[in-house]
Amino acid sequence: MKKNKSILLSGPYILWMLVFTLIPLGVVGYYALTDPDTGAFTWGNIQDLMLFIPTLGTSVWYSLVSALICLLLGYPVAYFIAHRGPTAQKILYMLVMLPMCMSFLLRTLAWVGLLESNGIINQFLGLLGLGSANMIGTPGAVILGMVYNYLPYMILPLYAIIVKIDNRLIEAAEDLGCTPKQVFAKVVLPLSMPGILSGITMVFVPAVSTFYISQKLGGTDTTLLIGDVIERQFKSAGNPNLGAALSLVLMLLVFICTGIMNRFGSDEEGGVVV
Amino acid sequence: MEFDGERILDGINLYFNDHEFLTLLGPSGCGKTTTLRIIGGFLTPTSGRVLFDGNCINDVPPYQRQINTVFQRYALFPHLNVYDNIAFGLNVAKLPKAEISQRVEEMLEVVGLQGFAHRHIDSLSGGQQQRVAIARALVNRPKVLLLDEPLAALDLRLRKDMQNELKRIQQAMGITFIYVTHDQEEALSMSDTVVVMDKGRIQQIGRPEDIYNEPKNAFVADFIGESNILDGVMLSDYKVKFFGRVFDCVDAGFAPNEPVDVVIRPEDIDFVPAGEGHLVGTVTSVTFKGLNYDIIVDFRGFKWLIQTTDYHGEGETVGIRLNPEDIHIMHKSEYSGMFGDYSSYSAEYDELTEDADNEEE
Repeated sequence: MKKNKSILLSGPYILWMLVFTLIPLGVVGYYALTDPDTGAFTWGNIQDLMLFIPTLGTSVWYSLVSALICLLLGYPVAYFIAHRGPTAQKILYMLVMLPMCMSFLLRTLAWVGLLESNGIINQFLGLLGLGSANMIGTPGAVILGMVYNYLPYMILPLYAIIVKIDNRLIEAAEDLGCTPKQVFAKVVLPLSMPGILSGITMVFVPAVSTFYISQKLGGTDTTLLIGDVIERQFKSAGNPNLGAALSLVLMLLVFICTGIMNRFGSDEEGGVVV
Repeated sequence: MEFDGERILDGINLYFNDHEFLTLLGPSGCGKTTTLRIIGGFLTPTSGRVLFDGNCINDVPPYQRQINTVFQRYALFPHLNVYDNIAFGLNVAKLPKAEISQRVEEMLEVVGLQGFAHRHIDSLSGGQQQRVAIARALVNRPKVLLLDEPLAALDLRLRKDMQNELKRIQQAMGITFIYVTHDQEEALSMSDTVVVMDKGRIQQIGRPEDIYNEPKNAFVADFIGESNILDGVMLSDYKVKFFGRVFDCVDAGFAPNEPVDVVIRPEDIDFVPAGEGHLVGTVTSVTFKGLNYDIIVDFRGFKWLIQTTDYHGEGETVGIRLNPEDIHIMHKSEYSGMFGDYSSYSAEYDELTEDADNEEE
């Protein structure tokens, strides 16, 4: 009885998934494996992907670097928030969320205004007589954009996990001879692992497929990311078949990465089942 | 000790002897856990000193103290298995692997968990987790082991088993145990010394027998076991007057005509036919308790609890006799008049106090 009811209730979403996720995915697969001109089956698009391996590499590299920087910046913040009083926690949590309430496009454009050759930062440096720095269009600018945009996705899962770590475990570790540093390494860090893994996933996945950040803050050939290439195939290059193939590969890549993450995660708690 | 300007502990002056099983006993919020946390180093007292082997250890952090703690609800590390939990302290101390393994195995045997080394914490029952917590603390061979209500989460049967177990381990290993509990029975049956606390002050320190037989004030008399506590006047040595009648007693050293609290334990009272009694009253309620009946008798409006194996029905008129050694005299204290009257007696009195205590922390 209960089972039947839950199927009924989840019916609308299952239908939605079918129509707007599974079927389009099939369409993407169809495009990826057909010739743009004749519509006949071909491995050509997949073979052409070889050309984009360096771009794919850049995307993965930038995203990993961003995720790592987010982790290094975000962990202390999450730890700090988790150890405040309840009111302070709410306020700080709000502050972390706040940038997410502003449009993603606007946030990225704001960085353009800051980093441009005659942007706000360079004008300020000029006033101080320090000359101007070339910031926009560099890998650093793209990574900065990723870190800035996706940092909350790192902090929030970390905070959610750290806040749940029982203070008595920390006392128990101290009691058993741990210095504060050892408490962190032996208890707090291992127990934060699920948060770290989901934080990295949450930053890595959107970062690896982004195209807007790299277009606005990068825009040069060295900072071309796989997202840009895909967008180009569908728009200016007019080759949706290649774009579809690229999308499929990117999706596969994300699956593999999250799969590895989850593997790590379940290893951490692997003993639970055993 | 003060928290937010509120005084939690006041004038605590305690000596712990080597190899002693000492229990801090008291109701919720009496300061016993705070005392333990100060000894463990998790709290620094606002005034006063903690001495260990003659050295002040106020500013010594927990990880440098030769003291280990068994926490309330165990606080085992969920990311480690049984073996690694127990080996935690030894690993931190960077002992050789072979020695760690040998000591952990030894401890597993002491607490009766052989073969559980590679089990995960979540797969253990409460009693097993509790044994791991004890092993994790004891494996470090501390000079002092602090135990903060370690059995509170266990059911009655398991609690009794673990009480014996703990006592056995303490005697076998010769370690000083400082034990915190609100369960007076547990305190009496396990301890060498009991420290009764209330409102952040020590009410009485002594051997379990002395605490029970010679309570210092109405609080102790009521908290340890059941007590009828009456107003009386000490006429002279060995003579006390209450209920308008003079009784012989075994207490001396009070001022002439000093007002006192008189304690009579419910199990010390003997029924006699109404005509032969020192006092005559009416039975107002009878409850069967298994071992005995709890009988409430109304003497001139003051209700006594009497525990006896003889049945007396409700409404019956009964007499009682009091022998001199059944009467215990205490000086008046701030607790006088607060305890020892069973007028509001209900059969559930045990359970009610239990529940109130369980709300601690």
